[in-house]
Order: sequence, then structure tokens, then C-alpha cells
Amino acid sequence: MRHDKILKRLLGAAPALLLGGCNAVLLNPSGDVALQQRNLIYTATGLMLIVILPVIVATILFAWRYRAANRKARHDPDWDHSTRLELVIWSVPLMIIIALGSITWVSTHLLDPYRPLSRISADKPLAAHVEPLTVEVVALDWKWLFIYPEYGFATVNELAAPVDRPIRFKITASSVMNSFFIPALAGQIYAMPGMQTMLHAVINAPGDYEGMSANYSGAGFSGMHFRFHGLDQAGFDQWVARIRAAGGVLDRAAYLALERPSENDPVRRWAAVDPDLYRLILNRCVRPGSTCMSDLVQPMEK
Amino acid sequence: MDLRTWILGRLSLEAIPYHEPILVATFAGVAVIGLAVLALMTRYRLWGPLWRDWVVSIDHKKIGIMYMVLGVVMLLRGFADAAMMRLQQAVSFGDALGYLPPHHYDQIFTAHGVIMIFFVAMPFITGLMNYVVPLQIGARDVAFPFLNNFSFWMTTGGAVLVMMSLFVGEFARTGWLAYPPLSGLDFSPDVGVDYYIWALQVAGVGTLLSGINLAVTIIKMRAPGMKLMKMPVFTWTALCTNILIIITFPVLTATLALLGMDRYLGTQFFTNDLGGNPMMYVNLIWIWGHPEVYILILPLFGAFSEIAATYCGKRLFGYTSMVYATIVITVLSYLVWLHHFFTMGSGASVNSFFGITTMVISIPTGAKIFNWLFTMYRGRIRFELPMMWTVAFMITFVIGGMTGVLLAVPPADFVLHNSLFLIAHFHNVIIGGVVFGVFAAINYWFPKAFGFRLNAFWGKCSFWCWVVGFWVAFMPLYILGLMGVTRRLSHFEDPSLQVWFQVAAAGAVLIALGIAFFLVQIYVSWRDREALRDVTGDPWDGRTLEWSTSSPPPDYNFAFTPRVHERDAWWHMKQSDYRRPEDGFVDIHMPRNTAAGFILAALSSVLGFALIWHMWAPAIAAFVLLVAAAIGHTFNYRRDTHVRAQDVTRTEHARTLQLARHV
Repeated sequence: MRHDKILKRLLGAAPALLLGGCNAVLLNPSGDVALQQRNLIYTATGLMLIVILPVIVATILFAWRYRAANRKARHDPDWDHSTRLELVIWSVPLMIIIALGSITWVSTHLLDPYRPLSRISADKPLAAHVEPLTVEVVALDWKWLFIYPEYGFATVNELAAPVDRPIRFKITASSVMNSFFIPALAGQIYAMPGMQTMLHAVINAPGDYEGMSANYSGAGFSGMHFRFHGLDQAGFDQWVARIRAAGGVLDRAAYLALERPSENDPVRRWAAVDPDLYRLILNRCVRPGSTCMSDLVQPMEK
Repeated sequence: MDLRTWILGRLSLEAIPYHEPILVATFAGVAVIGLAVLALMTRYRLWGPLWRDWVVSIDHKKIGIMYMVLGVVMLLRGFADAAMMRLQQAVSFGDALGYLPPHHYDQIFTAHGVIMIFFVAMPFITGLMNYVVPLQIGARDVAFPFLNNFSFWMTTGGAVLVMMSLFVGEFARTGWLAYPPLSGLDFSPDVGVDYYIWALQVAGVGTLLSGINLAVTIIKMRAPGMKLMKMPVFTWTALCTNILIIITFPVLTATLALLGMDRYLGTQFFTNDLGGNPMMYVNLIWIWGHPEVYILILPLFGAFSEIAATYCGKRLFGYTSMVYATIVITVLSYLVWLHHFFTMGSGASVNSFFGITTMVISIPTGAKIFNWLFTMYRGRIRFELPMMWTVAFMITFVIGGMTGVLLAVPPADFVLHNSLFLIAHFHNVIIGGVVFGVFAAINYWFPKAFGFRLNAFWGKCSFWCWVVGFWVAFMPLYILGLMGVTRRLSHFEDPSLQVWFQVAAAGAVLIALGIAFFLVQIYVSWRDREALRDVTGDPWDGRTLEWSTSSPPPDYNFAFTPRVHERDAWWHMKQSDYRRPEDGFVDIHMPRNTAAGFILAALSSVLGFALIWHMWAPAIAAFVLLVAAAIGHTFNYRRDTHVRAQDVTRTEHARTLQLARHV
């Protein structure tokens, strides 16, 4: 924030006005990470408009002023070089890219999805010794499996987290590549079979948000979305209790049945889950008798 | 294996999609039009001339025109796909599932991307370079005329395979870059991905050979006096583009070969198991894929430069910085591929590096925009169609460039990647840059190629429909992207999105009109060709050597190789009272037409088709014939011919009379 606050006020107004009528979730997110990404969009756009706007105006102006019919305008058919102008047209974009490049370097590191959060929001620092809520995410054909190791239960196509508690997603996939994306919460990251990616995020306002796969993965892709509930602590406790009450166990056999391709799946809940399931999925050895990748090569997860 | 599978492989009647009404109707339409064309050609006895003057021609001008025709034909197919997607997305909300099931829709968006890049944009730029470059450098043909013909037919062979997938079997359902593991055997066991692989492999041979051909032509065949820094900017951009082609297309070929081996031979390069790694494919395909977009745009940057200088009646501002900007873009285009997948989790330092290199490209690109701007400054601008397209390009392209740099900021990309914002961005630069550029170039060089100008009224109708249509079709996608809507969806739940898709569909209708008016423009211009006749060879008061020839130029282009003293060679000649030589002509040594290119490409396409369907016997036969035909061609010693001095004299004398009558 800090330095881009002024820029943001000045330049944030234009797109905000333009999009005021519609619900542009990326410009009005509810998670701190997505909010910082939004601010970055504003800052970068503002910096670039410093060059883009004058170019557009000058193009229209020159096109009009130097039209052939306007005999009053000066015609200088051999004028084709000006060292001073060349200096300007190379150095001004260079300056802007130096500024934008610096912002990019810093923000890419600060908003690295692998990096644990260092704050809850702009005005809420992270309390000491807060353990993030871990959610293990598996992209299946074509639904999302969420495992809560802390609570030992699992859901399909339904995700919930308490407001203002950091969340750590560990993400993999069963068959093809997908991308785990909750626009209101944070940017996306790929879900890939046999590999694990990570995402750290926090939701700052209670609500019912949309989540989806952002990377095309085959026939059932269009129906591969889920709801993400940002809940206050009481609401989250209730949600946990409801799942505990749902019963059912997601063991290896149940997972192998679940893994089979299906489309537009309803929400499903299991009160208990095989504690080793995520590791087996990641290492592609849920099927009894198959060899885990971690036994073949370097382990994926330290 | 029984005889039937040995010959027919997995091809059977089941492969013909007679149960899909859309395809049956399309097939009926294509069949009716095709039969009508065949009948008309027979009626007017055009088969002989088609074969002799076009199919076997090694004249770079004829081949250039054929590339453009291929581009226009495939544009119609690629746009039909786009229109179907726009319609599906405009109606498929809530309980309404639209008219396309995912099985069909997913093929359409894959085919749209593949066709538009490989069989529309690539033929267009190759055609333009083929036609214009030899004329601009004062050469009589390209360095390897036979290879040129072969390259064209290979590209066409690839296009034919893609078109066949419409009616025999199916096309890939993977997206235009066919990422594994989705494109692997486990998740795409059908022929779709095989059509994709073999169409691109066959066409890729053509593209690579054509790249080598044009690069050698530019390096070795410039007219005396045309030092590198005196080359026209279009030729400079063509040189850089062809260097990019030579370096990157082998990467594509190798990548698709590895994917092919995974599918045909049971290797595990890109699978999930046994050490395979799909991330490798994504890296490799983008090491080709990112330079590819510069391959497409650079020649059009060159065309805009020629057009701006011509219609502003002024030397191009900042020639030197234009050249260096082009070279810098060429080099940098190799260092940015990872920005297509920041979201793969490479880590902050790697992502920042590729983000910043991407942003750096905007500096030379910006310099180019400024150079065109200052070419207009103190110019005397004639707003003919090519110049209108140029101004529309400048205004449109800078917006696309801006959103591109925005996407290069990794944390911003995390929310915008795979969204409709991204779709809007790359259509903004590809339509606003490549397509606008191709229309500018067609309107600019058409009189050179055909001897008559294009009708301005219909051209303006097409122009306004395209430009307005583009903005109406793609601005909603920017907005939808900011609303968190991602790409390649065939169905939506949220009804509040629908209005934006309807606006986008209206934009697609405008673009359809733009394409229709372009075809009308061609027809009307042909009908009124006598009134639009270009008798001078220099209808726009041009600056480069192609305008010193007649329109259309004679087979040999230049009776005498011109001598170049200045950058805008033809402009300089006009300024310094150049006199066209009117006698003293000598025999001109020219390459001879050959059918070998067509035959080799036809056999390659048959081989591709046989491999797609696992028809092993025909595949072996086609391969043996292909090798035999290639060896046979090396024994053809009748490679050249001479245009006799008296024929040159007759042609040039006719032009002298024509110029005297009209000037």
C-alpha cells in the first residue's frame, strides 16, 4: 500500500466507475491476498497509462492535424530523425518499466503463494503462533476433493474457512492438470497429478464465494465449480459439527470409486477420512499394490 | 492383426459423424459448394491453367497469392468456429445447456485456436513475405524456388488434415496447445489429438523450409548496393521473423514428436507415471509458442512501417531505432516463455525474472509505436484504407499491449490467468495487430499483385465493421475476466453474466459483416477492375522497389537488377530522374516449374492420414512412395529455363507504351 495509495485513489476511480454496474469480483475481493493483487492491477495500469494515454491522444491529434486536406499543417517530407526525441521515446518507457519491474520483483516475492502469510489484512497483523488451517485439495475428474487433516474429515465441492484465519492449501490432482481458483480469496495455482503446489490465503469477510477450476481439463470442466464459505468462528464450528454428523468414511476403496469421472457432482461430506489418503494420492499409489512415487524417486513432500 | 485392420486401422463407418445434424448440414453445404466449383472449373476448362499456372508454379508471386487464398479460406472456417462459441456462450445459462454438448464445443475451441494461428495467421504472413520480399530487395525469385512450392503445399496438406477431421473422426478436445496429460493416450485415446499432431507436423515442415528459404533470400539475394541498413523495414522484419521460425519451429516439431511417441510407441515423456513429466511439455511448447506470436506480428509491424511512410508522404521516422527495436524483440522473445504459466508454482524469483523480461519487450515495441507516430507528425496523410487500418491498429494495439504488460506481473496474472481477460488480451493484440495488419497489407499490395486497386467503399464498410466489431466483441470479455469468469466454459450458472456474452455475440455479428464486406470488396473490385486499373505500377506514390515494377510484375520481376543507393530506393530513383531502361535486354535465367512439391506434400498428407487412423499398410506404402518421389526429384535435371531477350523486350516495350499512354 503506502506509496500506491495516492495512485490508487487517482486511478482506481476510472475502472471502478466503469465497472460499478457489475459485480467485478477481482476488483472487489474479500481476501487480503486478492486485495493486494487488485491493488497491484491498479498500480500497474496507472503506471502504464502515463504512456498509453498520451500515445492514443497524439495518434488521434496527428491523424487529424496532418490529414492531406489540411494544407496549413507543416509538411516536412525528409524529417526522419531527432536524437532528442529518440532519447525520450526510449527512456520514458524504460523508466516506467524500471518502476514496474521493481514493483514486480517485490510483489512477486511478497505474494508468492508458497510464502506463509505475514498479516491478516492491511490493518490486522498476524497474531503470534497462529497455526494456519490446512486444507488438502485434490482436483478430480471433474470435482474437487477437500481434506481437512486437522479435523479428519473430507468434502467434495464444498469448502469453508473461518474469517481472518490463515489458510494453507496443499494442492494436487488425480489425473489431468486443473487450476484451483477462488477469485474472491486469492489468485489461482495449478493442480497437477503427482505434484504438489501450495497456496496461502485468508478470507476477511464472511460470505458465500465461488470457486472453480480455471484450467480446462476435459468434458466435465464447465461443471467443475464449488462453493467457498467464509464463516465466523461460530458458523465454522457449526459447519464442522454438521460434517461430523454426516457420518461416512472416505477410505481408499471409497476414494477409488470417487475418483472415477463424473460431472456436475453435488456436495458430499465424510465425517472421517483415511489420514494417509492425501499422501497416497500425491504419490499415485491409492490403488492397493501400486508403488508410491516417493519410494521410486525423491519424496515429494518433506 | 487381420487384413482389415492392417489396411483400414481404426477407420470405420462409425467415424463418420452422420448422427450430428450440425456436421451433416455443414458437410452438405461444403459438398454443394465444392461440386459447384468443380462443375464451373470443368465448364470453363480451368483445370489445365490451374495446374500449369498455379499448382506447379515456383513463381514466388503465385505462391504468395496462394498462401493468401489459403489464409482467407481458413479464416472462414476459423471464424465459423468462433461464431459457434459466441452463440453457445450467449445462450447456455442455468437450465439451458445451449446447442453444443461439451464433446463438440471442446473440439470447436481447439480447432479455432489451431486454425487461426497455424492456418490463417501463418499463411497470411508467409504469403505477404513471399510476395513482397523478393520484389523489395530487387530479386527475381526466392533462393530455393522449388522448396517454396513444396512449403506451400505442405502447409496446405496440414490444413487439409484439420478440415478432414470435421467429417472423418473428430478433432482434439484439448485446447490449442494440447497439454498433456490430457492430450496423452490415457485421457484422449481417440484420433483427435493424432489429427492435431500430424496436421501440425506436416504443416510445420512447410513453415520451417519456408523460413529457411526467405532468410537465405534476404541474406544472399539483395540487389547490389542494398546494404543491411538500407533494406526496407518490411524486409527487416521478415528477416527477423524467419530467423525466429528457423530457431523455434524445430522445438515444436520435437515436442510434438515426443508427444507422438507417447501416443504411438508407449514412451512416457509427458505422462503422469514412470518418470514422465507434463510440465516439460508445457515449457517446451511455449519455448516455441511465445516466439510464435512475434513471428506473427513482426512482419505486420514491417507492413505498417511501409504503409505509414507511404501515405504520410514522408520518410519513416527513426529507421535505425526501428531496426534495432525489431532485433531486440527477436532476441527477447526467447526469454519470456514462462509467463504463460506463472501459476505452475515456479517460485518467486523465476516468476519475477520472466515477468520483467516480458515487460522489457514493451520498450522496443513502444519505440515502434512512437516511430509511427512521429512518421505521421509533419506528414501529409492520405487516409486510404491501409492508412486507416494503421491508425486503428495503433489505437487498438496499445491497449492490448497494456493489458499484456499487466498480465506479465505475476501476482496480477494469478487472478487474470486463464480468464476471459486473457482471451480479450490476446485477441486484442492478434486481431488489433495481426489481422488489422493483414487487411492493411492486402489493401496496400493488392494492386501490385493483380493490377487493379481494391474498391474503397466496400473496404471502408469492412474496416468499420471489423474495428467496431472487435471492440464490441472483446471489451465485454475484459469485463467478464474481471468478474472472475474463466475460459473454455460451455455453460454458466450465474445469469448476471449473460448480458455481456450477448454483447460479445453482437460484436461477432459485426465481425462477420466485416468479413462478408471484405469478400464483397474483392468481388466488386474484380468486376470493376478496368476502372480500378493500376497502369503505373506505383498507385500510392510508393517508396520501395516493388513499386518500380509493373502491376502485376512480369514473371522475372526486374528486366535488369536495380542498383540501390538509398534507403527508400524507389523514392530516391524517382527523385533523381531515374529512367527506365527501354532496350538492351538480355536472356533471363529463371527456375522451371515442377510438380514435385505438390506430389511430395500430397504423399505426406496421405502418410499423416494413415498414421492418424493406424492404417499401417497404407502408411508404409505412402512412406515408401514419399522417399521414392523425393529421390526421383533429385534426378530431375531440368530445373531451369530462360526467358529469351526478345520476350523480355516485348514485355518491357508493352509497358513503355502503357506508361506513355497514361502518364
